Amino acid sequence: MPKLTINGKEVEVPEGTNLIEAAKAAGAEVPHYCYHPALSIAGQCRLCMVDIDKVPRPQIACNTQATEGMVVHTETERVLETRRSMMEFHLINHPLDCPVCDQAGECFLQIYYMKHGLYDPRMVDEKVHKPKAVPIGPHVMLDAERCILCSRCVRFCDEITHTGELGIFQRGDQSEIGLFPGTALENKYSGNVIDICPVGALTDRDFRFQVRVWYLDTAKSVCNGCARGCNVEVHTNRHRPHHNQGRRVARLKPRFNAEVNQWWLCDEGRYGFKWIDDKSRLTHPRHKGGGEGAEVSWDRALPELVKRLQGCQPDEVGLLASPRMSNEDLWALRRLAEHLGVRNLDFRVPPLAPGDEDDFLIRADKNPNSRGAELTGVGPGAGGRDAAGILRTARERRLKLLWIFHHDLAASGGPEAEVLAAIENTETVVFQGTNANDISARAHLVLPSAAYVETEGTFTNFQGRVQRFRTAIPPLGESWPDWKILSVVGKALGASDPVFSAERAEQVFNALAAAVPAFGGMTYRALGDTGRMATA
Amino acid sequence: MAELVLTRNFEVPDAHTIRVYRERGGYQGWEKAKGMEPAAIAEEVKKSNLRGLGGAGFPTGVKWGFIPKGSTAPRYLVVNADEGEPGTFKDRYLMERDPHALIEGMLIAARAIGSHLGFIYIRGEYVQPWRILSAAVKEAYDAGLLGKNIQGTGFDFEIVVHRGAGAYICGEETGLISSLEGKKGWPKVKPPFPAVKGAFGQPTIVNNVETLACLPHIITRGAEWFAGLGTKTQGGTRLYSVSGHVVRPGLVEAPVSVTLRQIIYDHCGGIPGGRALKAVVPGGSSAAILTPDEIDIPMDVDGPKSKGSMIGSAGIIVMDETVSIPDALMVVARFYAHESCGQCTPCRESTGWIYKISHRIVEGKGRKEDLDTILDVARRGAGTTICAFYDGAVGPYISYIEKFRSEFEDLIRSSAHA
Repeated sequence: MPKLTINGKEVEVPEGTNLIEAAKAAGAEVPHYCYHPALSIAGQCRLCMVDIDKVPRPQIACNTQATEGMVVHTETERVLETRRSMMEFHLINHPLDCPVCDQAGECFLQIYYMKHGLYDPRMVDEKVHKPKAVPIGPHVMLDAERCILCSRCVRFCDEITHTGELGIFQRGDQSEIGLFPGTALENKYSGNVIDICPVGALTDRDFRFQVRVWYLDTAKSVCNGCARGCNVEVHTNRHRPHHNQGRRVARLKPRFNAEVNQWWLCDEGRYGFKWIDDKSRLTHPRHKGGGEGAEVSWDRALPELVKRLQGCQPDEVGLLASPRMSNEDLWALRRLAEHLGVRNLDFRVPPLAPGDEDDFLIRADKNPNSRGAELTGVGPGAGGRDAAGILRTARERRLKLLWIFHHDLAASGGPEAEVLAAIENTETVVFQGTNANDISARAHLVLPSAAYVETEGTFTNFQGRVQRFRTAIPPLGESWPDWKILSVVGKALGASDPVFSAERAEQVFNALAAAVPAFGGMTYRALGDTGRMATA
Repeated sequence: MAELVLTRNFEVPDAHTIRVYRERGGYQGWEKAKGMEPAAIAEEVKKSNLRGLGGAGFPTGVKWGFIPKGSTAPRYLVVNADEGEPGTFKDRYLMERDPHALIEGMLIAARAIGSHLGFIYIRGEYVQPWRILSAAVKEAYDAGLLGKNIQGTGFDFEIVVHRGAGAYICGEETGLISSLEGKKGWPKVKPPFPAVKGAFGQPTIVNNVETLACLPHIITRGAEWFAGLGTKTQGGTRLYSVSGHVVRPGLVEAPVSVTLRQIIYDHCGGIPGGRALKAVVPGGSSAAILTPDEIDIPMDVDGPKSKGSMIGSAGIIVMDETVSIPDALMVVARFYAHESCGQCTPCRESTGWIYKISHRIVEGKGRKEDLDTILDVARRGAGTTICAFYDGAVGPYISYIEKFRSEFEDLIRSSAHA
């Protein structure tokens, strides 16, 4: 662990740390473009120069390792002048089309020019022209004129995805990023090149021109696209509702978590948020008895449910929980099942087709919280039935009430005719979920759930890591978080468990942590931004 | 006339064949070296004061010593035969007329550094030298001088001849290695240096053709003899490629103590037509330009340096009074803009920028701030890049303007934009 001095401050860093990271540890920012901690050292942008005592001229910090006793200065007049020079070089052929560039507002040419440039432009000759607005894959748009040739995207495709679609072609100031002949940037992680592109060269075809980034709000969250639980930021558009085609969620961006996803996010997760603002969202409780599919208030829907539950023997009730529900939702459901004495409880509904999987981030299990469902004990009680058994007994007219959470059973692994027969043959079918489907259309009672970005809670990923997601936007329409629906029902049934008097998800989580050893000692505060492992 | 060393076989018919090469005393250096300890060969080369003749002038024996001691990784000997520096054509002559001198030199170097595989990276445009050299390599294999267990010594050495594809940057040691590895010819970030992690990630020594061609003579005739041919800091003779306005352009071999004036006026017969000398580039296009009052310098590593220039590849370009220096700058700036690999921002962006400015000046659209802009941009970029390419471009940018500023100013003054 070498000790070195940076700007007069002594820091100790692990062996092999470069001076960009060491400076970070000393609280100093060394501007850079080509360096990325996940990628090999390119040393191309030449922006990260720092002064080192006893070294005659500034050195690039990215390729200089901290050594014992090294004395580094990141803000000498010479370093500042070098940065100004490098900024000028980066910008002489840049089109300066910020007003129509999607990157504006989060562009490191803008940021560093304001911080380290501020020279008067001297370029009076014709700039180099290159291709603009070239779609290079399903998700990525290339503007070669804005590109500063840092090669991060090239190295990403070489070193992270090992797909090698991108290269730098031509030489000198004619150099440009491009696809190798016969390829397209369509690997499963292609969207990451947009994130690591420090400028407006690679923009997101989905997000382009939808909303200016300075209107976005951000919330820390967890992708719900598979059991990996990649940490994400949800970027939402609330200040300009007429932008982004009226959708509130504008985009997802990966959020660093060394243990889960590092810097990355797969494309399926990145673009898998459209359901949140989709027209198919369920926004109001509906009750078939009150007219054909008529909207009703919660004040009428839940008492109706309670009445019907009270009219059933415990074994006449089936509960199909979902691994898309949070730990809090699942815990509230388990407590409710216990209060009712219902043993027919399960979450394992087979998917229509096995999910794809790779050796990087993508998991075959497309649910964010299967592990949480296991750990919270959402399964058949003694003598109770699993998901297949619940549907079979429903088909055999032995259930009076089937409460389905989120599952679109008609599009699941079970034969559609059998599923529909189960629905057909059950007196009361309750569907609780976020979006309409064939089951909600047939249900007697429909309870609208808030999407995960509209509430807060935790998911437990396949590794057993319990991770928080925060509220990014308010629930759509009259939708409620699942745990809240369950707690109101539980309270109306006279259950005394503290879960049913919770007003915040955190209180449900605290009850879970107190009751289930796997979550022992956990609090929202302790989970922080990157989560904690459940004690299995 | 001093003794010829490197060019001694150049006028001998069929000297490119192993038969004639041997008749002329060829491969005696190897015969001696194969019985020497590797360390003794390196020591001899150090004592000879042999300095790299490709451009940087680094002491060859010292360079060999940079391979990490005790490393058991395979080591590669790479010959830089890319000879792309404008005004330089010496290696071409060596490979066409005396290719076995290079092969023998490689054998000696390989034994010294413990390499069993050598690559000759030859400039793509050098078709004839490539044909002749390839035939010579085949002859050496057939004669048992290359391959496994050479002459029963237990020493293996193979040579692969690899043709470049026409990029100047592939003459830069690490750009060459990238290209040899099958990648784009981009110079590599240092450290690590090639001697530690070079071609295919293994310790690699890159030497110039002419440098290696000196080795047989050093081993045969001794380090002291070789050192004695030159100056205190550099031994031997070297090949000067002379082009431009001289009566007899071509290749000149002379001890490195020869002066630039002697080369121009004695060896090459002076300036044709009785015209006046205007400027000389002493070491390939990357060397700063010299004025007529700066040519009384020895043409070793130190002489041109004393005038703020460099010996480089010893490609001497002579310009008489008919040459327009702004035109010359534009031509050289176009070359560097075209050849910049584009990897480092300062070089990629400013070589093109400076070419555009120099072109505009020549077109009569110069602005009064242009010269200071070029000088400032050149100075800001100098020393900031991965390789020495940009520093090579800065040599002409700055020296052409500083030494001939009034000529540029006259052009700009007559322009409408001034």
